Amino acid sequence: MEPFTKLKGIVTLLDLPNVDTDQIIPKQFLKRIERTGFGQYLFYDWRFVDGRELNPDFEMNQARYRGARILTTRANFGCGSSREHAPWSLEDYGFRCIIAPSFADIFYNNCFKNGMLPVQLQEDQVEQIFQRVRRTPGYELAIDLVDQTIKSDDGLEFRFQVDGFRRHCLLNGLDDIGLTLQYDKKISEFERRAAG
Amino acid sequence: MKPKTMFEKIWESHVVHEEPGKPSLIYIDRHLVHEVTSPQAFESLRLSGRKVRRPELTFATMDHNVPTTLRSLPIVDPISAQQIETLRTNCREFGVTLFDLDSPEQGIVHVIGPELGVTLPGVTLVCGDSHTSTHGAFGALAFGIGTSEVEHVLATQCLLQERPKTFLIEVSGLRPYGVEAKDIILSIIGRIGTGGGTGSVVEYAGDAIRALSVEERMTVCNMSIEGGARAGMIAPDEKTFSYLRGRKYAPKDFDAAVARWKSLPSDPGAAFDRKLAINAATLSPQVTWGTNPGQVVAVDSRVPSPADFADPNDRKSAERALEYMGLKAGTPISDVGVERVFIGSCTNSRIEDLRLAAQFVRGRKVSPKVYAMVVPGSQPVKKRAEEEGLDRIFKEAGFDWRESGCSMCLGMNPDILKPGERCASTSNRNFEGRQGKGGRTHLVSPIMAAAAAIEGHFVDVRQYRSN
Repeated sequence: MEPFTKLKGIVTLLDLPNVDTDQIIPKQFLKRIERTGFGQYLFYDWRFVDGRELNPDFEMNQARYRGARILTTRANFGCGSSREHAPWSLEDYGFRCIIAPSFADIFYNNCFKNGMLPVQLQEDQVEQIFQRVRRTPGYELAIDLVDQTIKSDDGLEFRFQVDGFRRHCLLNGLDDIGLTLQYDKKISEFERRAAG
Repeated sequence: MKPKTMFEKIWESHVVHEEPGKPSLIYIDRHLVHEVTSPQAFESLRLSGRKVRRPELTFATMDHNVPTTLRSLPIVDPISAQQIETLRTNCREFGVTLFDLDSPEQGIVHVIGPELGVTLPGVTLVCGDSHTSTHGAFGALAFGIGTSEVEHVLATQCLLQERPKTFLIEVSGLRPYGVEAKDIILSIIGRIGTGGGTGSVVEYAGDAIRALSVEERMTVCNMSIEGGARAGMIAPDEKTFSYLRGRKYAPKDFDAAVARWKSLPSDPGAAFDRKLAINAATLSPQVTWGTNPGQVVAVDSRVPSPADFADPNDRKSAERALEYMGLKAGTPISDVGVERVFIGSCTNSRIEDLRLAAQFVRGRKVSPKVYAMVVPGSQPVKKRAEEEGLDRIFKEAGFDWRESGCSMCLGMNPDILKPGERCASTSNRNFEGRQGKGGRTHLVSPIMAAAAAIEGHFVDVRQYRSN
């Protein structure tokens, strides 16, 4: 997994609460057996008109957001199914950080497994980002996972919290399975106890 | 000794390793696998030269992609066919038990787990599917995971987990005629919202929950995730034990297991992080009007107006939902017509669901403007229903009677809505496009779905009581 330490990039907006995983990646694209190539299907029914042309009414499609690495959205992002295709599609599209007032549990967890940082901020902080992004085309934020800060050139500065273990894994690009296998002896002991 | 919740007892008995500042390493007793969320996990195992640690604790079936038409015909969609074939290859290579398409035990993973006795009280059970919360109905700690975690469980039989919070929902009182398990859980989600249970494991308790059958309890626990909860659970009792006795994978020394299981229920006075009380006697049959399961009202009320919502997020959601759903605020729910009816899904496709719907349908005809289908949750459910003659009742009324699978709950197979079509569905999600792009889904109980099929619009099933 690619480590995540710092990221500076253009911020795009998705101004809806309760965005579910069926919207992030519709079911017809879950049939592939690969982990890659899902970015083209991200927000498919919203991004495209009839599956071909970009929908001009979908804010993310505006030219000013081209190359965005950071997605800012509203509460309870990623609710619904456990499909990891949701973070896969966001990551493949180019996002490495998602900012929202809250996230659904399974989605939140799945982000970390894919080198993506979900940042939880207060509702009013998220609102400030929305306003600044809308005022300034090409608006960028600098995310620092070491200091746990978000800063902008126009003086915005927020601190955020990430659980210590998750932060450690993301900073170092660590693979969970490798870590767990260090406890192989304890797992075997547990199995012996359970069988006895 | 400090009184403990059922969640705490199960959690604490499954901790393999713990240290401050880190998530706990939890042992997983049962792992269910389906074709959609597993191929990338098996592929990663292969690439890293790892094996499945406990293949005998891992059970697989295909359900999401499978056609519900005749099984002897080949699968038309080549990508679906490849995904199904990949599961076969993976199960063979890694030694995992598979209930294949031609198996008499095939079905929706959350229907067959309990049928096979794979789901048991006190176990930790996971699956790469958010509706894994269903299995909590047996007093198991059961939750959905992503594909990376599927791989983690395959390789280590463990998961790294933050300890969730506990949330007690007590449902008391006598539930009136026409109010089903589905109405209880929809009412709860309407109350707490789709993010209300985030970070929590919900325990459902109270006399109205005790009075539910095991299958009804599965309906309640199934939709815990729709309220944002990690898991839902219900204490096991005599109903649970008699459901499980004699099942294929139930413990050989069943009585000894029952004795152990009796110590699982939460101790009197155990502390929960949060509590909510619901009076079942005040509930009505529910119909969702919007595009998430929390956007729900009683069948005898009207489509709400965005102005009814104080929270600006809720207001904005309502505006968008009404537009997508093609509904006008203030319309009586019973004036909303449907073109499609779907009875099925891991929420409501078990034998009791089908009996309830069939009982209503018997001697009546599906409205000429409605296309209605019944998709049993598993091959055993289908067989049982056919032995009881339920298939004939449905077919005579004009329903289509299908093979088992997830079907139109998410429309990964050919069973989908056309744009603009409105459906009364016994499934669990009414998200935009869930049942097909532009499709409009209203979540209801099986009896409410059956009534909508007959009348061609939503009806308050309570009005049939005197007939």
